[in-house]
This record gives sequence, structure tokens and C-alpha cells, in this order.
Amino acid sequence: MSRPTQRFRTAAGGRIARARTISFQFDGRRYTGHPGDTLASALLANGVHFVGRSFKYHRPRGIMTAGSEEPNALVTILQGRDRQTPNVRATDIELCEGLAAISQNRWPSLAFDAGALSGVLAPLFPAGFYYKTFMGPRFIGSNWLWPKLFEPLIRRAAGLGRAPASRDPDHYVNRYAHCDVLVVGAGPAGLAAALVAAEAGATVIVSDERTEFGGNLLSAFDAGHDGDLSAGVNAHRWREQSLAALAANARVTLLPHTTVFGAYLQNFYGLAERLASHHGSPPPGLPRERLWQVRAQEVVLATGAIERPLVFSGNDRPGVMLAGAVRSYLNRYGVMAGSRAVVVTDCDTSYAAACDLKRSGVDVPLIADLRSDVGGAAIDAAKQAGITVEAGVNVLGTTGRHRITSVLMELGPAGARERRAVPCDLVLMSGGWTPSVHLYSQARGKPSWSEGAQAFLPSDPVPHVHSAGGCAGTTDLEQALRSGAEAGAAAARALGLTVSAEIMTVADPDPVLGSRAGAPVMAPPSADAFIDFQNDVTTRDIQLATQEGFRSIEHIKRYTTTGMATDQGKTSNHNTIALAAGMLGRDVAVVGHTSYRAPFTPVTFGTLATTARGSLFEPLRRTPIDAWARAERATFEDVGQWQRARTFPLRSENQQQSIQRECLTVRCAAGVFDASTLGKIEVVGPDAATFLDRMYLSPLAKLAVGRCRYALQLNEAGFVIDDGIVARLAPDRFHVTTTTGGAQRVLTLMEDYLQTEFTDLTCWLTSITEHWGVIAVQGPRARDILEPLIAGLDISAATFPHMSVGTGEIAGVPMRLFRVSFTGELGFEINVPSNYARDIWELVEQSAERHGGTVYGTDAMHLLRAEKGYILVGHDTDGTVTPEDLGFGTGAKKVDFVGKRALARPDMLKSDRLHLVGLLAEDPQHVLEEGAQLTQAASPANGARADGHVTSAYMSPALGRSIALGLVAGGRARHGERLFVPMPSGPIAVRISTPLFLDAKGARLHG
Amino acid sequence: MLLIPCPYCEEPRPEIEFRYGGEAHIARSADPTGLSDAALADYLYFRSNPKGWHYERWQHQSGCGRFFNAVRHTVTDRIIGTYKAGEPKPDLALYRVRAGS
Ligand SMILES: [Zn+2]
Repeated sequence: MSRPTQRFRTAAGGRIARARTISFQFDGRRYTGHPGDTLASALLANGVHFVGRSFKYHRPRGIMTAGSEEPNALVTILQGRDRQTPNVRATDIELCEGLAAISQNRWPSLAFDAGALSGVLAPLFPAGFYYKTFMGPRFIGSNWLWPKLFEPLIRRAAGLGRAPASRDPDHYVNRYAHCDVLVVGAGPAGLAAALVAAEAGATVIVSDERTEFGGNLLSAFDAGHDGDLSAGVNAHRWREQSLAALAANARVTLLPHTTVFGAYLQNFYGLAERLASHHGSPPPGLPRERLWQVRAQEVVLATGAIERPLVFSGNDRPGVMLAGAVRSYLNRYGVMAGSRAVVVTDCDTSYAAACDLKRSGVDVPLIADLRSDVGGAAIDAAKQAGITVEAGVNVLGTTGRHRITSVLMELGPAGARERRAVPCDLVLMSGGWTPSVHLYSQARGKPSWSEGAQAFLPSDPVPHVHSAGGCAGTTDLEQALRSGAEAGAAAARALGLTVSAEIMTVADPDPVLGSRAGAPVMAPPSADAFIDFQNDVTTRDIQLATQEGFRSIEHIKRYTTTGMATDQGKTSNHNTIALAAGMLGRDVAVVGHTSYRAPFTPVTFGTLATTARGSLFEPLRRTPIDAWARAERATFEDVGQWQRARTFPLRSENQQQSIQRECLTVRCAAGVFDASTLGKIEVVGPDAATFLDRMYLSPLAKLAVGRCRYALQLNEAGFVIDDGIVARLAPDRFHVTTTTGGAQRVLTLMEDYLQTEFTDLTCWLTSITEHWGVIAVQGPRARDILEPLIAGLDISAATFPHMSVGTGEIAGVPMRLFRVSFTGELGFEINVPSNYARDIWELVEQSAERHGGTVYGTDAMHLLRAEKGYILVGHDTDGTVTPEDLGFGTGAKKVDFVGKRALARPDMLKSDRLHLVGLLAEDPQHVLEEGAQLTQAASPANGARADGHVTSAYMSPALGRSIALGLVAGGRARHGERLFVPMPSGPIAVRISTPLFLDAKGARLHG
Repeated sequence: MLLIPCPYCEEPRPEIEFRYGGEAHIARSADPTGLSDAALADYLYFRSNPKGWHYERWQHQSGCGRFFNAVRHTVTDRIIGTYKAGEPKPDLALYRVRAGS
């Protein structure tokens, strides 16, 4: 198909490089543009306005703005097969060779969209629709039609672009920076601030979301036309000189295409710098984006202002644009956004846009001003340019399907009002300007309403934050320059620097940002007068919310979802507040401002994650035995940051068979287990014994050298938080173990008490978790396996009984040997320096094999300990379990320890507390489900109280039946009683038993 | 992210190096067995939770490992001072004069 390309491009002017032509695609169709274009400006140059469908009603939408505030023109960018970026603002995408974009939220095509039918159903999608519907009347919730049919349909219809299905092929980088002054926004105010601060000697970072610095200087003035400042300086020349001066200053860092997306505490800012997206074919290895985390002493916010749409029926039709955006497309990009333009406005600034258009040859038949009384220099200039100006106009609606064709209005003097349809293909609208106070608000500033300016302005000072230019309420260039220079000087002075730059003085013309007539909203409320374009919120929705009783602006916002789309209501917030104020009969100042939160514009997850993905997401802790276990094809489980060998299946075995064999072998011969992940703390010093005695329930002060004790740790509230073995190596030296997951927590708790409470004690705590590799050898043959390898320590039953500790050598390597058991068998735990652990492991494993032993993993370890009723803290306990609940006596220890007093609370002594019990299913082959509830009735009534729950459940090979542990109310007095586990497949009968299933006398343990 | 001056390291360090420890100056009784149930509950569970200046505990966990106290404003998150564990509660007025607020 051939048709004139770029037929809306001006003959000359703009900042595009006309000498080069770029080709790109939109929805599969080829177009051309120039370097310097955005996707939006290039589409407009080709006469394309209609670029997407709206979120809820699928209404045709066009390009409305020229910046990051764009609510409508969201597209998906395709780069190759793997790169698909949804929801990108066409106004922010720099055009590059080969760019391919597609429209969103339409099916099967943009022009014919099945979902547009929901526009017809718009009365069914009012404010609060999602709350009312997804909370669901109960009878709908139980209907299969709801979850299976309606909900997916609604979710599919309402939405934006699709997330990419494949893994992000790009990589991202991260940089921290410190500076004296961070300047956000490189428009006239930002540049002036940076110049003054840099000249005073500050280190300065200047960032701007666009590639080219200059902000409004680039949009408001055509290089070939006006732009003379009052001092006789051309605006463009001033911009170039300023940029040259900043670039030449070694203390200044310029960050183009970088968005400051978040302001955090103490002047900490998050910046996203786009590195690759503006390259047609980025060089390989170039990161896509860089996250900057900047700590600034002082910050100058020069983020400008955003134009307010006017709210009238049909204000969302493609071809209805913000006046300033039309001017920007003309002056900056050399694009006429239409051929016949009508201006509807209630402020002066849109008159200049009309004049610029007229001068470029666009037909401008009418400026329709909503104000009844207009006058002044801007209006005179428009009239002199030959544009008809009508005051006191009321806009009634628009016509057009995929593009506006006319505006309907009511105008004329009172008593002689007439209705008129004005044909056009472009409408410039302006309801005034809203200072962009997003970052000021994020920095916890509270914007307050200025009656004079008719806008929310930064008012209460935020320490070390200076607002300048449009975001501080200036309306013309001289004001912006002065405001910027003053902010730069204030920042420099706050740093103790001397400011020598001369700051121009200009008269303060008392800026007005909005119409004094109130909200720029046409009455009456209408279902197609849009307030929030991205979330499809209309004036009728706001009316409904106020009628339903919502008063707080924060509630109205959430109920109607206005301002809650990805654009965060950049174009809608002011109008919402003003409209709600009118409907509630309150002052705008009283209704107040909602708070802004990061990010200012959406930030891709990759940028926030930077390098923390895949194997770098979290450190992986491996034991010294890890490589050996992997070579043996062990299966693994994650335990915190550790990976632990779970089972060691033989070739023919499945997981369950492996567990059963490992357990039986331990009971019949022996097993070797990698216990290196156990937390280990060395406690050394003259008061080490007293300190540990205060930290644990078990009495440790008089523990003999060479002996170990099982110890429960409580918190001050008396609940069990950890357990382990405390071994006394010397009068002043203890080796303490903790659970794998509790290692850091226990060390922190002990440090806390040592440093802040038990300051009368002298001892030192050192984490030795990774210093020692731990090899457990458990089973009747354990001593036979170890004896030949050990020197310097007699481990015979008589001299090294259960709960002994000693040092010696194993295969020539220094060793701490514990005689402890977590299986109920004769057991040892060998501690050797980690670097030797793999070699010792292999020797022990070979020796075990000669005695018919095996290696075993964590699953077998869990099963073996459950047969003996040994608890796993955090598995059989949950932070509300006392030592008494577990069957440990607590009365014997007379001296104070952490948690002792709480154990005497009345609640801790009640007889119906949950006690640890054994549970035996009446069907011995049935393994209970961990976490299942226990009830007295087989089929309890809805809401009946449970008597307790299952905490651990296994198939025990030694017993040839299933076993379980659980917590049951008053369970110790209920052994033999029958309870039920009600399951979806039917109730399971169980008997309460003692939580000890094997070798009750402990003969194996002491063997 | 906060910058927190560690009174032991004597320099401001980023928040990620620290661990929060709850309200400060909640002393453990020298003889807990003598506490009434009400006094015990008060010690265990009741905190002042002010909107304003808060004396609170921090540990420089990934730094020197020491516990110390900070005075932080719970609305602005501003920290006007830190001091070593065991030192008395500083005079807030004095701090604020020094901090110029
Ligand atoms: Zn420190």
C-alpha cells in the first residue's frame, strides 16, 4: 500500500534529524520517522492517533500527551523473539531503526475489537464494580460458573499488555553514588540550579528522563522563531551554553534518559538509567538498564508541571490532546497533530499553542474559552493572529469513531445561547497546570492548596529538598530560571559553599496555574466524561462514590480506582480532587491531596533486581560433604540457605524406599549422616558457665568438663525457641550447638543478653558453624566403625558413655568427638575442621560400609528421631509451646534463667494446654497428614473446636506401621483415648499414645 | 534506606548493616521471680508505640556486632542521635537544640 508518508511533518523546524529516515512498524504496518522522534511523534507525523483500547470499556484511545504522564498510548515493544516489553508509553519511546510496536487490549484487531461491546455495557461497570463483584455474594462464590467462567472473562477483558512468557534475556547493573546536589529534571529550572551549584563547587548529578536536556525549552520555542529571554538571550543559545558549561565541569555528572523514580529517607534516591532501549540493535553485552542508588546532601526537584485535561463528554476520543503536547509536537518534533484544530481551554497558556499552530499553517477556527471573562496579552496575540475567541463556552460533547470529527458546544451571550458543532480533526484542551509534586510528596512533603495559584504546591519544607520551576508553581521561563538558580544557591549554601553566580531578578507576576472558576469539569456527570483515562474512571463514578457515602479523598480514590493505574493519576489527580470537592460541597484545600508513592513511572523488575537473579539471588550454603553427596546422586532439600542431602537412593529405589532402607540400616547396623549445618557457637570466658546457665532451661553451671547436656532455649515469654547440645570442653570453654535454622538467631539473642542485660558476666561468643564439619555415626555398629580411625581418645562404653565429649585425632586430623544421639541408637558426632571433613567423611563411610552401614539423609534423620519422640523445634513446636507441654520438668532449676518467670504465669499451668503426644492411626498403614486437625467427633460440625493437630507423621520401618506426633489439649492425661482426623476422603480414627515408640528403656542409646 | 551512625564505629552506615531491636530502656528485672503477673505482662508485651520520638534498640549486626540505642522519629524516620547500650536516656531537648529542630 502506498500513501504519502509523514504527511503531517512540517516543512522545517523541530529537533529531529531530517537528513536520516528511520523505518519502524506499528501493528505490522510500516512507517517512517527521523532520529529525534518518539514513537508517538512519528505516528502523529504519519497521521496515526488511534493507538490503543481503554482498560475497562475498550474505547478507542489516542495519544494525549507528549511525556511520561501519558495515560492512553501504551504499547508493547517487540525486539526479536525474546524481548517483549508491555505497557510502554509511546510518548517515551525513542524511535530507532527497526522498532516494532503493537497496540494492546484489543482482540482481534485495534479497529475491530470484540471487547468494545463492554462499552455498551458500561452502566454495568460502575465504581466499586471490582469490590462488589470479586468479594462476591456468597451464593455466586459457590457456583462453578463464577470462578470458571465469569472471573476469567472479566480478568481478560480488563487489562493492559501481556507479560512476556519467556525469561528476561537482558542483564542489568547497579551503581551507588554520593553527591552534594542531585538535580532532578534538566529543564530551565534544573539547568539553572545545576549551574549555580556547580559553580559554587558542589559535586552535582543532573538527571532527566528524556535523552535531550532542556525540558520545556525544547517544546515551547521553535529554534527558528521566538525564545528571547528578557535579558536578550535566546533560549536555545542559553540551553546550549549551559549544557556546555556543565559538561566541561568535572564535578558534574549528566544522566540523560534516567528517571528518578523514588525518593526515600534521608535524601536517598532511586534512579533507572535506560542504556539499551534507545538503540535499534544494542551492542552485545550492553546492560539494558542501570539502577542508581544516590545519596545526596541536597536535592533540587525541578520536575516541571503536567497539564490538566478538561473533563467533558467524549474527551477521550483520539485527536483530543493536551494543548501543551500539541505545541511540543509542533516545536520539538516538527509535527502538526492535525489539520483543523479547535482549542477548548480555561487558561491562558493554550493561546500560545494555538498561535504556533496557526503560524505553521494549521487551520485554527476557534478558541473556545470556558471562562466568561477573558483578556490579556496572550488573548490579544491570538486575536491578532486571526483566531476567533469565544468566551463563556460550555462543551457538550464530541463526535467521531476512531478519530474526533467535531466538538459540540454551547456559546453566545446569556439569553442568546446557541449550540454549535465545530468540525475538526484535532482538539487542544487545557484545564491549567498541575505542579509535579510526586517526588516532593514521596520525600514526605505535604503539598497544600494555594487559592491564588489554584494548585497544590510544595509548602511545608522538607529538609535538604528544594523545589524549583514548574513543580514549585512558576508559569513562565524567567520565573523558572530564577527559581532554579535560587534553589541551586540555597543547596550550595546549605553545603557551606559560597555562591558567586548572579541570580537574575524578575518581577513576580503572581502565577496562576488553574482557572479560578473551579474544577475544569462540565456538568452534569456523564458516563463518558473521563477523569482517569487509564483506569476508565468517569465523572459519574466519582458522583456514585460520593453518593454512596465516601468522604475521604483516599477512599474515593480506592473505591473508584482513580489515580491507581500505572500512570498514578498524573493527569487525573487534580481533577478528581476538584470534582469531589464540588460534589461534597467542601473546599479543595479541605479535601486535600492523596500521597504519591514510588515509582514515579513503572520500573522493570530487572532493574530493581539488578544482578540478584538466578544463582546470585541468594547465597547457597553447601556443606563440605556436598560434592560427595551430589556425586552419589543424593536428592536435596533447601533448609534456609543450606542445601542438605535428603536421601541417597540406590538405582532401583524411589524416594520412599530409600528412606525405609536408610532407617532400617541405621537400626540394624549403622548410618553416617552429614550434620555440618548444625549451628555452632563457642562460648569462652571465666563466666561462660554462668552465662549459659542463664540462657538455657537446662542446668549448665555445674556441667562437668567432658560432658554434654541436651538444652532447651526459651524466650522471656517462656516458650521453646531452640534446642541443642551444650558441651563443656574446659572449665571456661563450651561448644554449643543450635538448630540449623536457628544458628544466627540464637547467636544474636545470646549477644543481646550478654551486651545489654548480663553485663556483669565476662565471656565471648564466636560462631563456629562453618569452622567444623560434622559427621554423625549412629547405630549399634557405630563404635566398631570409628574405633580403628581414632587416636588419643578411648571411646569404650565404660570411659566414654552417652553424653560424653572429648578431643583426639581421627586419621591424624584434630577432632572434637561427641557421644550424642538423635536416633536413639549408640551415636557419635565427629567434628573436624571443615577443610578435612570431606576426606574424613570418605574414611568413615568406607569403614561403615565394611560394617554393613549406609549413608543417610535428612528424611531418614527426621523419621528416626520421631520413632524416639525427639522434637524438631519449629516443626513439633510453633512458638506457643512450653517445656512442660513437651514433657520436660521445669521446677528443678532454682536460679533465674531467660523465660523462668513466665513459666509461672497462670496460663502456663493450665491442664488443658496442648501437650506433645504420640498418635497411632487405627489403620497401621495410614500415614496421617502433618498439620491435620484432631477432633472428638468423626464428622465435626462446622466451626467445632479442634482438640489439637498432627505435627509429624511417618511410616516407621522399625515398627512396621505408621506413627505420628501431635499436640493435643491435655494430651498427657488422655493416652489411649480415641480421636479423629476429619479429611475430605473421610474421618481417620487415631489413638493417643506416649510420644515414644521404640526402645522405651534406652538400652540401644547406652550400648 | 536510613543512614545510621553507629556509636561504636563512630560513622554513619547504611541501614542494611543493622538489625532493629524494639523499644529501648525496657530493663529486665534483676529478680524476675518477684514480678507480679501484671508487671511481667508489662515487661513482655506492652510498649509505648509513640507517634514521635522513640528510643529504640539497634544492633550493628553486619558491622561491629554491638547493640546500641537510637532516638528516631516514628513519623519522619529522622534519627537525631545514637548512644551506647547501658548509657542513660539522653535529654531529648538537648538533642533537638543540637540538631536544630
Ligand atoms: Zn558499629
